[in-house]
Amino acid sequence: MAGEGASSLVLEVENLAAARGLRVLFEGLSLKLSAGEALELRGANGSGKSTLLRILAGLTRPHAGVVRFSGGAEDAPRHYLGHLDAVKPSESAAEQAQFWARYFGRDTQAATAAMKRVGLANRSSVPGRGLSAGQKRRLALTRLLIEPRPVWLLDEPTAALDTEGRALVSQLVADHRASGGMVIAAVHGDGFADSRILDLASLKTGAPKAGADA
Amino acid sequence: MSGSFSVFARELKLAWSGGGGAALPVGFFAASASMTPFAVGSETVALQTAGPGVMWIALALSSLLPMERLFQADLEDGTLDAYAGSGIGMEGIALAKTLAHWIATGIPLAVVAPVLWIMLQGPVEATGVVVLASLIGTLAFFFFGSIGAALAAGMRRGGLLIALVTLPLYVPTMIFGAAALAAAADGADWVGPLLLTASAALFGVATSPFGAAMALRTAID
Repeated sequence: MAGEGASSLVLEVENLAAARGLRVLFEGLSLKLSAGEALELRGANGSGKSTLLRILAGLTRPHAGVVRFSGGAEDAPRHYLGHLDAVKPSESAAEQAQFWARYFGRDTQAATAAMKRVGLANRSSVPGRGLSAGQKRRLALTRLLIEPRPVWLLDEPTAALDTEGRALVSQLVADHRASGGMVIAAVHGDGFADSRILDLASLKTGAPKAGADA
Repeated sequence: MSGSFSVFARELKLAWSGGGGAALPVGFFAASASMTPFAVGSETVALQTAGPGVMWIALALSSLLPMERLFQADLEDGTLDAYAGSGIGMEGIALAKTLAHWIATGIPLAVVAPVLWIMLQGPVEATGVVVLASLIGTLAFFFFGSIGAALAAGMRRGGLLIALVTLPLYVPTMIFGAAALAAAADGADWVGPLLLTASAALFGVATSPFGAAMALRTAID
C-alpha cells in the first residue's frame, strides 16, 4: 500500500521545540521512527500533541529543532488528519471522496473502494451536513485510503467514532504498518497494538530530554 | 496540476450550488447603480457625467463582497489544512479558488453591467466596451481582493481589513477602467485606457496568488 521505498523510511526529530505565542509547549524533543512503526502521542490537553503533528505535517514552523525524513523520498509524502474533518456541507459524501481522488490524481474507483472500506457505502448520496460526527470522521479517513502515502499523522483519529469505528482505525493502522508505513497519532484512551509511546508532559520541564528513545 | 484543477472544478460547483454565490454581489451592484438617478437626479447630462464613475465604483465594491468567504470557509472546516498537508502548493490553490470565484461571480457582474449602463443613460453603442471592461475590471478586483481575503481569513469579521488592504490595490484598475468607460461614452478612443486596465488585471493575476499563498500559510501556522 505504501509508496515505493517506504520500507527504508526513517523519521528523525532533533531537539524540537514548539511554542504558541510566548508559551513553550515542549522542548528538547528528539526521536527516531522507522518504517512500520507507530508512535502514540500522549499528554494532557494543551501539552502540544496537535502542534507536534502540525509541525511534522509541515503546517506549523517549529520554534527550534529539525524534522528530517530520510531513506525514502526526501520530503516523504504525508497525510495529515486533524480535528477538523474537511467535510463540505453541501457536497454529498461520494462527491467529496471523488473530489479527493481527483485531487490526488487517482481514479474514482479508489474513492468508491475507500467509501466501502470505512463503512459509508450506503451513505454516499447524503450531503455533508446530513452526516453524523462519526460519519464525517469516517469520510475524512477515506483520504488515507484513496492516496497511499507512507506517513500518517493522525490527531485523535478515533474521536467521535463508535466501537466498530475504533476497530476500523486500529485495523487501518495495522494494515498501513504491515505494508511499511509509519503512523504518528495523538490518542486518548486505547492506543494501537505494539506501538511506542511519547508522553509530551515529560518534556515540559525545560531541560532537554530524550524522547521516545529514552 | 491535477490538484489545482480539481480544486478549481470543485469551487466552481460549490459556488453555483451553495445557494447562488453571485446573488448578493450582483444584487448590490444593480441596486447601487439603479439608486444613482435618485441621488444625482434624472437629467441625462448629469447621469452621463456621473455614470462611468458610479458604475466602476459599484463594480469594485461589489467585487469586494464575496472576498470575506473566499478562503474563510476552507480554513474553518479544515479543508485548507488538508490541502496544505498534502504537499500541493498554496499558490495553485489560491489561483484555482480565485479564478473559480471570478467565473461564478465576476462574469455575472459583467453580464448585468450593460443594463445598468443604459439605466445611467450611457450610449447603447458602447455596451460592448462596458461588458469587456467589466470582465477585465472584475478579474483585477477579484485577484487583488484575494490577497486581502487570505490575510483576513483567520479573523472574525475581517471584512474591514479586506477593504483596507485591498482598496489601495484597486486604484490603478479604478483609474484606467473608469477612463475607458468615460471615453467609450464620449465616443473617444477607449482602447488605450482599457489596455492599461488589462495590464493591471494581468499584474494582479500573475502576482496575487503568491501573496495570497503566503498569507494562507501564515493563517494555518
